[in-house]
Amino acid sequence: MVNLIWAFMFVFGIVYAAINGTMEEVNKVLFKSAQEAVTISLGLISILVFWLGLMNIAKKAGLLNRLTGLFRPLVRRLFPDIPPDHPAMGYILSNMVANLFGLGNAATPMGIKAMEQMKKLNQDRDEVSRSMITFLAINTSSLTIIPTTVIAIRMNYDSVSPTDIVGTTLIATACSTIAAILIDRYFYRRRIRKRRL
Amino acid sequence: MEVVSTVSIWIMPCLIGFVLVYGTIKRVSTYEEFVEGGKEGFSIAVSIIPYLVGMLVAITVFRASGAMAFMISLIQPFLSSVGIPSDIVPLALIRPISGTGALAMTSDLIATHGPDSFIGRLASTMQGSTDTTLYILTVYFGAVGIKKMGDALKVGLLADLVGIISAIIVVTLVFGS
Repeated sequence: MVNLIWAFMFVFGIVYAAINGTMEEVNKVLFKSAQEAVTISLGLISILVFWLGLMNIAKKAGLLNRLTGLFRPLVRRLFPDIPPDHPAMGYILSNMVANLFGLGNAATPMGIKAMEQMKKLNQDRDEVSRSMITFLAINTSSLTIIPTTVIAIRMNYDSVSPTDIVGTTLIATACSTIAAILIDRYFYRRRIRKRRL
Repeated sequence: MEVVSTVSIWIMPCLIGFVLVYGTIKRVSTYEEFVEGGKEGFSIAVSIIPYLVGMLVAITVFRASGAMAFMISLIQPFLSSVGIPSDIVPLALIRPISGTGALAMTSDLIATHGPDSFIGRLASTMQGSTDTTLYILTVYFGAVGIKKMGDALKVGLLADLVGIISAIIVVTLVFGS
């Protein structure tokens, strides 16, 4: 599906540009966006190095294990195919905690480490596992408590109360996270059913 | 407001300090372990590059050609007829695809309609309550080399849809139009 969407964006974009005479714009952004992608990746280096370094200290000090212990009952239900004491749990939890506090910078490295561990659990196969989909679903529905970026933008435009959207954001996030988990479960059941047929 | 901004300034340094103090008490050789863990960061960042280049160029071509605006204009009348304000439609559609695109659109909506208008609040809520699915998919799966994504994209996009719909419903209930 990703392959299809990816090719579609390119082909449809180019055909549309040919018909509507926007080929010049396409040309202009073609290599600029490639460069931007590299800049983003390189920009991630500092964040990844710093947070993975700090995480390594937390891991060696046993902080990750304690975090896992604290939330074990909840996360065990969400990720039934990860053994409760597996390192993946610690990384998943730190990613969630970082997201909750709007620490997007810290969340990405931990998310990647979580993925790495889940891949190991999946015998290093290059296909997605059940727990990976659950993890992504929770991540994309975004668990933020304090949407700092949005508040900053609202302050910029002289909002009377920049934070009055925190409540609505929280409710909307809660709805989408619950929905994400339910949708994830539905697709999981569907896969199981298909396999049996 | 004061509290929120103070907390967001303090939280990072406090977290770092806590990990270091805790590590030192537990007799971890903090600096060495930091360097050891950090080494990985470099190779992860580099391994993401091809995935991000592929995705970002496709999205940009799609947008710059005008194809994205065209597709949005096709769906817009339908969405407006079910009560979704037409100004918000482009943001709702771009949110899962492009983080920077969505951020730009949110600030634009806030600038034109005012931060405390219905549209302004709706845009703010939407921006805060979902995340860029395609980016997360690209970075997380790219970093560990997952090639067969299975249902992941479908689940992510459906969750986005629910997030957007619930944002509209919640903001309408709380702030009314």
